[in-house]
Amino acid sequence: MSFKRLRKKSSLTYRPAGTSPVRRGSLRFTVRAWSVRHARALEWLYRRFAGVLLKLHGLFARIGYQRVERPVLAVEKRVKGVLFDCRMCGQCVLSDTGMSCPMNCPKSLRNGPCGGVRANGHCEVEPDMPCVWVEAWKGSRAMRDGDAILRVQPALDQSLRGSSAWLRATAMSAAAKASSGGPV
Amino acid sequence: MPEAFDPEDFSFVPEGHSSAGRLERVLRRGEFAVTAELNPPDSADPNKVYERGAVFDGWVDAINATDGSGANCHMSSVGICALLTRVGYAPVMQISCRDRNRIAIQGDVLGAAAMGVANILCLTGDGVQAGDQPGAKAVFDFDCMSLLAAIATMRDEGRFMSGRPITEPPRLFLGAAINPFAPPHDFRPLRLKKKIEAGAQFVQSQYCFDVAMLETYMARVRDLGLDERCFILVGVGPLASARAARWIRTNVPGIHIPDAIIERLEGARDQSREGANICIETMQQVKEMPGVSGVHVMAYRQEELVAEIVAKSGVLKGRRPWKPEPRPGDAAVIEAAAETQRILERAQSAQTHSPHTG
Ligand code: SF4
Repeated sequence: MSFKRLRKKSSLTYRPAGTSPVRRGSLRFTVRAWSVRHARALEWLYRRFAGVLLKLHGLFARIGYQRVERPVLAVEKRVKGVLFDCRMCGQCVLSDTGMSCPMNCPKSLRNGPCGGVRANGHCEVEPDMPCVWVEAWKGSRAMRDGDAILRVQPALDQSLRGSSAWLRATAMSAAAKASSGGPV
Repeated sequence: MPEAFDPEDFSFVPEGHSSAGRLERVLRRGEFAVTAELNPPDSADPNKVYERGAVFDGWVDAINATDGSGANCHMSSVGICALLTRVGYAPVMQISCRDRNRIAIQGDVLGAAAMGVANILCLTGDGVQAGDQPGAKAVFDFDCMSLLAAIATMRDEGRFMSGRPITEPPRLFLGAAINPFAPPHDFRPLRLKKKIEAGAQFVQSQYCFDVAMLETYMARVRDLGLDERCFILVGVGPLASARAARWIRTNVPGIHIPDAIIERLEGARDQSREGANICIETMQQVKEMPGVSGVHVMAYRQEELVAEIVAKSGVLKGRRPWKPEPRPGDAAVIEAAAETQRILERAQSAQTHSPHTG
């Protein structure tokens, strides 16, 4: 690591006002932090909601998943956008990450904090922002199934960005249920 | 006795090993391993790489080739490894997720393995904001965990992530980085467990300046039985001065330096000497720590100190790691090897004349 060069740079760096994500979107940020603090309640709510969606699978399948994608996506985007500052990666892992959206990590890490986390728990890249993964760890400790954070997440499929994770998860659990012989 | 150089070694994977490399052999024999980080040149001159590798000759088991560390641009890790393997060195090729996507990285892995690279270290990578080109696009298509998993798939299942088969799978010893000194502290050992599950066989840590904090981490690691499942190399390095230490502490994320270390440096007449002494003491302490398999020396811009530090610490217990004997017909390599010899002699004589010896 080039200490010398970094030294020069840090004295010259001009940070435009409002660059920090905390100041840039203070409301979004506050809600996001609230969601992590209420990870346990949201986990419960989410599980309920997944059950409801699964019940709707028959209907979705009849209308055609492609056709319901648009309206569902519109709702999903808004709800998750408000609650989690969601980036619509299309492969939601919120319940495995303490309800802290890993796509808000500047390095979009999906498996835990990088080595750069500051001593105060803030992010290496955005010094004003608490590390997304420090938050995730806290959130996961409050959750009932918080140890899901220890699961190794595969690389993101970039081609699914912007699609509905709710529908994908629903279709997948319906398929899993069907293959295990249960009623769908 | 230096181990003999047998070019055949690179095509021979011993029973129970996953690579043909020297580092894996040293570690699996139960020897305390020493690795060092090469300062990558800002130059297209291959001799720069040989010179910088030569200062470690006979003192380290493997040389890390960094991949744009600190997000600064230097000669690539693939390029450095290509040169180092020509001489027979055992490089650890670092791959950071910051600059390349999965297509580029999987290709590089095959290329590196074809050149004789036996060790790959999977890193997240520093953010682009830390480097000299903060306007760059940060890629992060993989994270270190999915990178480990992808390379393990290539090696163990002989296929790319897409499932397409690889006719000759790369035989590699897979590594990752750990930082026991950054929050969230209770998550760090579990993150190591995750890395092992993703495929890490050895890990190299961030600089250790706080042995007590490392001990806390290692105690948890031993509880989880992780030291049995992977080789842990602790990162060490000499601090040049109290001023440098203070600067690093505030400006380089992820490096934890306790006040006591800075005070000790400040109180010393020769601060850089004291920095080296602290490094030597740390090495001796971590060597005694159960579960630690080696040290990784990062002496940024003080690489010439490495031979002396390793010699004085006594961590090799008289063992002398391999040093190069070039293959005939390669003029540049032969020349570099001669230079290697000179630098080594200089380092050794400096060590015997040092007032601190003895
Ligand atoms: S410090 Fe945390 S949020 Fe920032 S890049 Fe690292 S893991 Fe991501």
